[in-house]
Amino acid sequence: MTDTTGRIARRFAELAAAGRRAVIPYLVAGDPLRDISVPLMHRLVQAGADIIELGVPFSDPMAEGPTIQRGHERALDKGVRLRDALAMVAEFRRTDTDTPVLLMGYANPVVGMGFSRFADQASEAGLDALLTVDMPPEEVEALNAELKRVGMDNIFLVAPTTPPERVEKITEVATGFVYYVSLKGVTGAGHLDVDSVTEHVALIRRYTQLPVAVGFGIKDAESAARVAQAADGVVVGSALVQLMADRAAAGDEEQAILDAAAELLKDIRRGVDGVSAAADGDRAGTA
Amino acid sequence: MNQITTDLLATTPDAAGRFGDYGGRYVSETLIAALDELDSLYNRLSQDPDFQREFDEDLAHYVGRPSPLYEARRWSEKLGGARIFFKREDLNHTGAHKVNNTVGQALLAKHMGKQRIIAETGAGQHGVASATIAARLGMECHVFMGEEDVYRQSLNVYRMKLLGAEVVPVTSGTRTLKDAMNEAMRDWVTNVDDTFYIIGTVAGPAPYPRLVRDFQSVIGREARAQSLAMTGKLPDALVACVGGGSNAIGLFYPFLSDEGVAMYGVEAGGDGLATGRHAAPLSAGTPGVLHGNKTYLMQDDDGQILHTHSVSAGLDYPGVGPEHAWLKDMGRVEYVAADDQETLAAFHEVTRTEGIMPALETAHALAYTARLAPTMGRDQIIVVNLSGRGDKDINTVARLDGIEL
Repeated sequence: MTDTTGRIARRFAELAAAGRRAVIPYLVAGDPLRDISVPLMHRLVQAGADIIELGVPFSDPMAEGPTIQRGHERALDKGVRLRDALAMVAEFRRTDTDTPVLLMGYANPVVGMGFSRFADQASEAGLDALLTVDMPPEEVEALNAELKRVGMDNIFLVAPTTPPERVEKITEVATGFVYYVSLKGVTGAGHLDVDSVTEHVALIRRYTQLPVAVGFGIKDAESAARVAQAADGVVVGSALVQLMADRAAAGDEEQAILDAAAELLKDIRRGVDGVSAAADGDRAGTA
Repeated sequence: MNQITTDLLATTPDAAGRFGDYGGRYVSETLIAALDELDSLYNRLSQDPDFQREFDEDLAHYVGRPSPLYEARRWSEKLGGARIFFKREDLNHTGAHKVNNTVGQALLAKHMGKQRIIAETGAGQHGVASATIAARLGMECHVFMGEEDVYRQSLNVYRMKLLGAEVVPVTSGTRTLKDAMNEAMRDWVTNVDDTFYIIGTVAGPAPYPRLVRDFQSVIGREARAQSLAMTGKLPDALVACVGGGSNAIGLFYPFLSDEGVAMYGVEAGGDGLATGRHAAPLSAGTPGVLHGNKTYLMQDDDGQILHTHSVSAGLDYPGVGPEHAWLKDMGRVEYVAADDQETLAAFHEVTRTEGIMPALETAHALAYTARLAPTMGRDQIIVVNLSGRGDKDINTVARLDGIEL
């Protein structure tokens, strides 16, 4: 069994030491092409990704905006399921043993596989963490016990609506990092409010030493740079999913889609590193 | 069968909204605060005599309750067994049981100061009931409806528009009720500050299954008293159709601790359970998590939700309320299925024999009743929840009968 313990903690520690913020791209497993995900994960790492967030396709992705919903539908049409996503992680691990991989999805496929079986197979594949959008701390006891058994992190969301006493409750069960949802809405929504993000990240930091990453509504280098002023990491999802979907729809081959994805990621990286450099006295490494 | 004692009922669901292992609150973090607010408001108001009085008055003067308990003599005679009674929810304002719940939830919205209502709908009955109550209270109303259902239930779509609601066709997924519910959740997560989500059935995250059950339980409370008054005893059997399960829980709940009362929840058998083309998660599904609660679902081995099929849009849903999942496992209610064909036959039979045209959803309960009644004695009593009227389904029935209107 691959030792996955602490890959996320290690990565954030390295970044902190270098005065940098994490760039976390999100992709839907098997989208826009059935076999693009593993080469894409490697390519994103080369382009400056610190952690990979791999979305598990689900028939009813309730927290997603239209862009990522369609990504889920495309992947499902190609037959991609939770076990396939785990197989992608395992394949990625054969040549990259450092970059943390986080699986993001919905409760039912994990419930269907069984928590114990999931923990064993995910750990075997070299997965580092799980984020189930629809499993808040109240529902997570049995799953957390299994994840803990195999040393896997469970990532929890904090939302703009989460009151302080709940932030405390969430940070008590969270490991790895805390994922702050930057807006009230679905993924890819367009009303990011950076002041509010800054306030909430500060609130989260009152209760935990864990790094805080911010996602939902970050589209480009500029919005990533603004969010990175407050957070330890930024998640970019819909912008990447949309870009690749457009390229695939236009008939681009895998290589051209990978190139386009890498360009977007590098751009985000530059935006985030610009902030790191400004905020931390020019100690930023190169992208 | 495990006995459902009054003590057990008093503690179900528990504080976390669980009915045994089912229910709970499987939602995105953004909604938790709103659910907490609703939960504490409802805990307070459900104990408040003024709120109860307000609700009862609306039920009496706006909905038109109590609804009659009607003995279907000719049909009972034809079937040659038990005496069959219909609990006439079809006579409610807007033509179905749905309005009991929307009246209750709209009062909650009013107490929370929310001016914007959203709802999901399948057959359109809950959408119409929500649009109706929104019109009455001067609230803005948006109804999410699968594109497939917008087509199947065009009459109800027009009714909602007349009432001033915006009907939002949902084009994602299977374009039916489950996708309408996904889209309503997405709207709610975006507009959570000023929006009240009126869920139409006893499913969804806690506290919805409990409060919808409480609002619908007026059906069973009335039926219990009416049965005693008209026949001098409790019914021997209760029958109701089950999609999400709100009319069924409404009828069953006040009888759950009455051991002598058998209960049958009738799911949509579609083309038949063996074909896989149905909407019967309790009869042929497995437990899982969808739309905020743990319950029985129609799903594949990978935990993906399956397409459902039913002649009735209102039952075309892959999940079911968590309390039904619990009652199934407890053995208290027997869940069965009626297929499209026998449902259509029951629709025609009851229309011709009793002069009552049932909704296609309701006709599933009647189809099972037609099987059950002949196995029972003439001194025995069945109460069927006549949950809605069939006007909305005339186009569908005509099409299935090969008639062009």
